Amino acid sequence: MTIVNILFYLFSAILIGSAIGVITARNPVHAALWLVFSFFNSAVLWLLLEAEFLAIVLVLVYVGAVMVLFLFVVMMLDINLVQMRQGFTKYAPIGLVVAAIVIAEIGSVVWVKKLGLTNIGDVAPLPAEYSNTKALGQLLYSDYIYPFELAAVILLVAIVAAIILTMRKRSGLKPQDISAQVAVRAKDRVRIVKMKAEGKEP
Amino acid sequence: MITLPSVLLLSGVLFALSVAGIFLNRKNVIILLMCIELMLLAVNFNFIAFARQLGDIDGQVFVFFILTVAAAESAIGLAILVVLFRERRSINVSELDSMKG
Repeated sequence: MTIVNILFYLFSAILIGSAIGVITARNPVHAALWLVFSFFNSAVLWLLLEAEFLAIVLVLVYVGAVMVLFLFVVMMLDINLVQMRQGFTKYAPIGLVVAAIVIAEIGSVVWVKKLGLTNIGDVAPLPAEYSNTKALGQLLYSDYIYPFELAAVILLVAIVAAIILTMRKRSGLKPQDISAQVAVRAKDRVRIVKMKAEGKEP
Repeated sequence: MITLPSVLLLSGVLFALSVAGIFLNRKNVIILLMCIELMLLAVNFNFIAFARQLGDIDGQVFVFFILTVAAAESAIGLAILVVLFRERRSINVSELDSMKG
């Protein structure tokens, strides 16, 4: 039992506890905070599994961006919590049964069938000068450059879709109309009047 | 030394918990979205465990893409949620029956 093992089981237990917190929390804000906690624990576990870059990305992208978005939306909406909790105990047995079936299936695959792998568990640790970020970047910008570009397009589409969905026209506002401003000509605005000069007669 | 079966079992338990969460919180769309995030996290655990076991970093590239798609999905899902709440003043799943589907 090495220190890595002890840390793995400790953080796995905390991760499972916080996942239970996500699905049983009474308040959606508490559920979101439990989810943040489980993402932190997952990041630690990914560090133990030698995926350093993805662990940092998980903290930055998920905890820093996605979960903040979740918290914004949860706090923006006025949710009737009592109505939301209806049927919680009614559906609890079927939920637990499905969970038990899923765990039993995965357990049977992992422990009984052994996945056909003969050398489970004896992976040599990577050398100290190995850079996970560098290896991932070299792969991402060479072999996976086309999927990488597609991922960028997906993110762009998501930005446009989110803005279009939540934007609304409100009456009474006086927004700037750029095209009207650019299309303006001097003759629309300034009236030139031809007249004789006025002045004192000598 | 972390063995592959223990990581796979951890991800299986995490996935089962999020499936149970979808059954338990079937009225609240926000918690359903959070359960989907938890499911994707469990799948990512599998990818990372196999990438380490097989010494092949391609699995981590796939985790990268899953993270991208999950971020896009939650952004659009939350935008739909905001529009829904603005129209109906409620996010109860059982009230979303106007299409009679």
